[in-house]
Amino acid sequence: MRYRSSGLARFARNRTAAVGLGMVILIVLISLAAPILPLANPNATDLAIRLKPPGTAGHLLGTDQLGRDILSRLIWGTRVSLAVGLVATFAAAVVGSLIGIIAAYYSRWLDNLLMRGIDMLMAFPYILLALAIVAILGPGLLNALLAISVVNIPFFARNVRGAAVGLVRLEYVDTARLSGLSNARILFGELLPNVLPVIMITISTTVGWMILETAGLSFLGLGAQPPQADLGSMLGDGRDLILIAPHVATIPGLVILVLVIGINLTGDGLRDVLDPQLKSGALASPAPMTAVDHTAAAANRAAGTAGALAVSGLSTSFVLGPATVRAVQNVSFSVAPGESLGVMGESGSGKSVTALSVLQLVPTPPGRITAGSVAYDGQELVGAPLSTLQNLRGNRIAFVFQNPMTALNPLLSVGEQIVESLRRHQGLRGRAARQKAIELLDAVHIPDAEARLTTYPHELSGGMRQRAGTAIALSNDPDVIIADEPTTALDVTIQAQILRLFNELRVKRGLRLVFISHDFGVLSEVCDRIVVMYAGQIVETGSVKEIYESPLHPYTRRLMACVPMIGRAEEPLTAIPGLPPDLAQLPSGCYFADRCDLAIERCRAAPIELRTMSQGRSARCVRAGETAV
Amino acid sequence: MSDSAVLEVRKVSKDFRRGSLLFGAGNVVHAVTDLSLQLRRGDSLGIVGESGCGKSTLARILVGLIPPTGGQVFFEGEDVTIVSRRRRKELYRKIQFVFQDPLSSLNPRKTVRQLLEAPLVHLLGMERERRKERLLELMETVNLRPESLDRYPHEFSGGQNQRIGIARALAAEPSLIVLDEPVSALDVSIQAQILKLLENLSRSLGVTYLFISHDLAVVERMCEQIAVMYLGNLVEFGTRAQIFASPRHPYTSVLMRSVPAPGTRAVTRVAVHGEPPSPSNLPPGCPFEPRCYRAEAKCAEVKPDLLPYPEGHRAACFFGDDPQPPPMEEAAG
Amino acid sequence: MIPVVIGISIIVFLIMALLPGDPAQAILGSYATPDNLARLRSELGLDKPLVQRYLIWFGNVLHGDFGRSFSLNRPVINEVMDRLGPTMLLAGSSLMLASLFGLVTGTVAAIRQYGWQDRLFTVLVLVGISTPSFWLGLILVLFFSVQLGWFPVSGMQSITGSGGFLDVLHHLVLPAFTLAIVATGVIARLTRSSMLEVLRREYIRSARAKGLSERRVVYVHAFKNALVSIIPVLGIQAGFVIGGAVYIETVFQWPGIGRMLVTAILTRDILLVQGGVFVIAIIYVLINLVTDVLQHMVDPRISA
Repeated sequence: MRYRSSGLARFARNRTAAVGLGMVILIVLISLAAPILPLANPNATDLAIRLKPPGTAGHLLGTDQLGRDILSRLIWGTRVSLAVGLVATFAAAVVGSLIGIIAAYYSRWLDNLLMRGIDMLMAFPYILLALAIVAILGPGLLNALLAISVVNIPFFARNVRGAAVGLVRLEYVDTARLSGLSNARILFGELLPNVLPVIMITISTTVGWMILETAGLSFLGLGAQPPQADLGSMLGDGRDLILIAPHVATIPGLVILVLVIGINLTGDGLRDVLDPQLKSGALASPAPMTAVDHTAAAANRAAGTAGALAVSGLSTSFVLGPATVRAVQNVSFSVAPGESLGVMGESGSGKSVTALSVLQLVPTPPGRITAGSVAYDGQELVGAPLSTLQNLRGNRIAFVFQNPMTALNPLLSVGEQIVESLRRHQGLRGRAARQKAIELLDAVHIPDAEARLTTYPHELSGGMRQRAGTAIALSNDPDVIIADEPTTALDVTIQAQILRLFNELRVKRGLRLVFISHDFGVLSEVCDRIVVMYAGQIVETGSVKEIYESPLHPYTRRLMACVPMIGRAEEPLTAIPGLPPDLAQLPSGCYFADRCDLAIERCRAAPIELRTMSQGRSARCVRAGETAV
Repeated sequence: MSDSAVLEVRKVSKDFRRGSLLFGAGNVVHAVTDLSLQLRRGDSLGIVGESGCGKSTLARILVGLIPPTGGQVFFEGEDVTIVSRRRRKELYRKIQFVFQDPLSSLNPRKTVRQLLEAPLVHLLGMERERRKERLLELMETVNLRPESLDRYPHEFSGGQNQRIGIARALAAEPSLIVLDEPVSALDVSIQAQILKLLENLSRSLGVTYLFISHDLAVVERMCEQIAVMYLGNLVEFGTRAQIFASPRHPYTSVLMRSVPAPGTRAVTRVAVHGEPPSPSNLPPGCPFEPRCYRAEAKCAEVKPDLLPYPEGHRAACFFGDDPQPPPMEEAAG
Repeated sequence: MIPVVIGISIIVFLIMALLPGDPAQAILGSYATPDNLARLRSELGLDKPLVQRYLIWFGNVLHGDFGRSFSLNRPVINEVMDRLGPTMLLAGSSLMLASLFGLVTGTVAAIRQYGWQDRLFTVLVLVGISTPSFWLGLILVLFFSVQLGWFPVSGMQSITGSGGFLDVLHHLVLPAFTLAIVATGVIARLTRSSMLEVLRREYIRSARAKGLSERRVVYVHAFKNALVSIIPVLGIQAGFVIGGAVYIETVFQWPGIGRMLVTAILTRDILLVQGGVFVIAIIYVLINLVTDVLQHMVDPRISA
């Protein structure tokens, strides 16, 4: 399920792109129309009227040093500049892209050879190469075009190769081979269409450049030769006259400026359309804290007993263009001192977003907290200023993330990433900070702790990185650690070690754990109580034992039944048919009804409440507790 | 080479050279070392191991996507490591592959129809009319609606994409399908759907699977024979019953006990400490020795061969005839 | 690096060897009798096979001998060295300006995304990268030198030879700014997009989850990572700046190597061209080296 990006941002960009495109089209049309427009002969010299300023009768933009009409020369010159720019770009694109794709696809030594050659070409500042080529071939527009083309081939080759190399490693190239496609077919049928956006983006960024560069060569006298003229050579002619007749040089330059601006605007717009990241709405960088709707802040009451973490009625949504994805709806739970809570669910259940919402780390845009309260130790967090949150984050409430490779800054050493947290919350510096960091690494059983202080994340294995992440979370002796699928990315033997570590920390430090996972086995090892989530809602709560022995909600029951277990291979696996609902278009009744084997009419009629069945036990099902199930 | 063996792997090795081509000796990663096993027709084989054990590399070697550095692979008696490109294409009618990540294995710019037709056209040379029929057959086999044929992969969920991948693999009616972690990237409830689908297909079409996974429970369910890999080596081989009821290699025992068992408020036991060494820096003796609870002096010096035990059970351990479970450590809590 | 240098020397030599026209003819002009031509060709070594000519030439180059410029009647190496300084001064100061402005404005635009700073930034960058530098130079001279009289019109030093450092600086302002404009635009735009990209990464979320101040998150965590993508481009921009110097030197009559090269090409003074191109290419290689070192300093994942 993918959502198109926010209409607003793209439209704004598109408007400027449209303006740019309009400018370009206008200029192109005018220059194309040159033969039919009532223009003076661009080559007709008349020394009697030389260097007339703009506004002279019969010569709208004045005349140059040979008495030729500037307006007419301008329009004819633009034709030349445009044509040369486009042809040069196209030529460089075709040759460069071909080289790039072939280098990426075929054997390594060919790739190395081509790329070393490209590197060597790029070792020359482009202008030198262009000058050299023009020197060999002699001045002239065609030669300038050739020179500029050749000089830009490496740029295309590099870009396209970069993109293609990433794709070649993708498995659909292997899939194509398995389907029997020949190399040529794969190259042109599979790779090329996927590389095309990069090629087009590169073209759009270089057309403007090409026009500038050819104009430059002409300016130096190496491009268009008289009587042929392009915008650059007109500028060159006017250079010496700058003091007495500035209009001869400034006007052509202005046209170049406007043309290239138009092209670049269009190119930017094109890039926005083609760039997949922009398409899926991930434009803006996230703010330091999640935005909170006014209504949410107003309705809050700081609740909860001292030292407890109490979440009440929390709702978080993502605004993606016209669609609003209701990722978390009306979630309430609390974690008392000494307790460990598990949040269980599959992807899309809202478990991670709930956890992030506690510390307001949900990216805004597009996320927003739309309702509810999060109270810690009696203090209300939703609607609190950023400084309050910052004092709490990493201090009283800490996070451990799922993917240790991406969760750690690759450019800072492990030690630095621990120490900066110590410094921020405890003011520790220098030797004291180092000492504490070593203690922390020891506490998570990283061998050789002192040496590890200066290692970088990429030098550690996955398990070690996760331990390091845990050490960071422990830095300031937090009351609560929220761990978002911390072992999902790890091997099962390493997972066992990390789970043991968490348990040890729980017992030794009285740590409260909020542990998120899809794996009931994992949760049962570290948690006392479990909250099951589905499609953004809590559908069941209970102790680990209760949920395992007598699940109340059909989803919980079926979820546990569809996980293969060792020693139970003979039992048939009961899968859950269908898919979870679209969080932007939720049904009015029970969200699980379409996949449920117990669904009756009442289930679909109206929203189902979370019913409290007994102490600490609840289920969002009208049929929960019925005996014959 | 036994006569009921469909696939025979003989001492296959694969080394990857890291570092620049020009400057020769970079690091050498021994992804697969001297591996031999056999796959019988009708008996699906599961290969289990953790990350870095070489199972994915092995899978790709078997299907011909990567050439081995040493050793041979015989499919129905023919050495497929040295075949010509044309012969390889013909072999793709018999051996196919399903990838782990459904999204990266399907060209985002091709419709489902184009993706499924490709093997029909290029491997089977099927004409248009027959293709249309076959496409509908395939969609039905994997429980996808025929209207989906003209949609693009990104319009589907992960589970549906995996069905497309499976349909593509089935298109040419292969007798053997190699699946590389086909359900690991999917949600639990979808995993079950795909596993059931695979079970049904195996029964109805008579396809044999070579099933790669890190998940022991899945492999136990899907495969009759199981091979356990560690650091590029085959450390144990046997039937489902043998492996799960009486494992002979310490690593296998450790692996099974590391899987968290739900339902009991369990004490977390750690069956093994430490982490696997880097595959470019293998110890001289048994690869598992540094972490093994039964290791003795000779284990570090001599690498045990895959020793035979009753009824085709094999294990690469000196103590395979007297296996003992790992000591359980009570952890806090 | 050595293979690159050798490769460059080969390319440079070949380019000049392929120049059409007979250099001996060009040199002797009206004194070109068959005897003189033959003698000069033999003197210049033009009658030897290509490979041998290359080896002789390259051998000499390694001793610092680039031959003698016939149009200027002095050793090439002297001329090249004289002209190299001004160009490096111009290019160097432009690059510094461009980097400074580019990095700062790009970062501000990224932090204040969609704010007025960002919009202004977008407009300025757009104009910056679309401007023909040679035209801009003319305009600036027209306005600041002719109209306002704030800066000299051309040259590197006043003719009334006070010739001090400040005088050179005074002359440097307009050319350096003009040359810097395009590079600033490219660097600024890249900085902004790199910063935006880095700010979306997960370790930024981790840093915020630790309660670190926004300032630390942006400047230590984000900026450093953005630099990883920016530094290679700085290297490329250095090359463009050196290349762009050709135009600026022409417009401002700056006594640099770019202008020397253009003239040398037009007069077919091969040895001068060879010397100039070779030296510039070597400098470019050195710049790449510096870029690599910088990258290594910032990113520990890159092996030396």
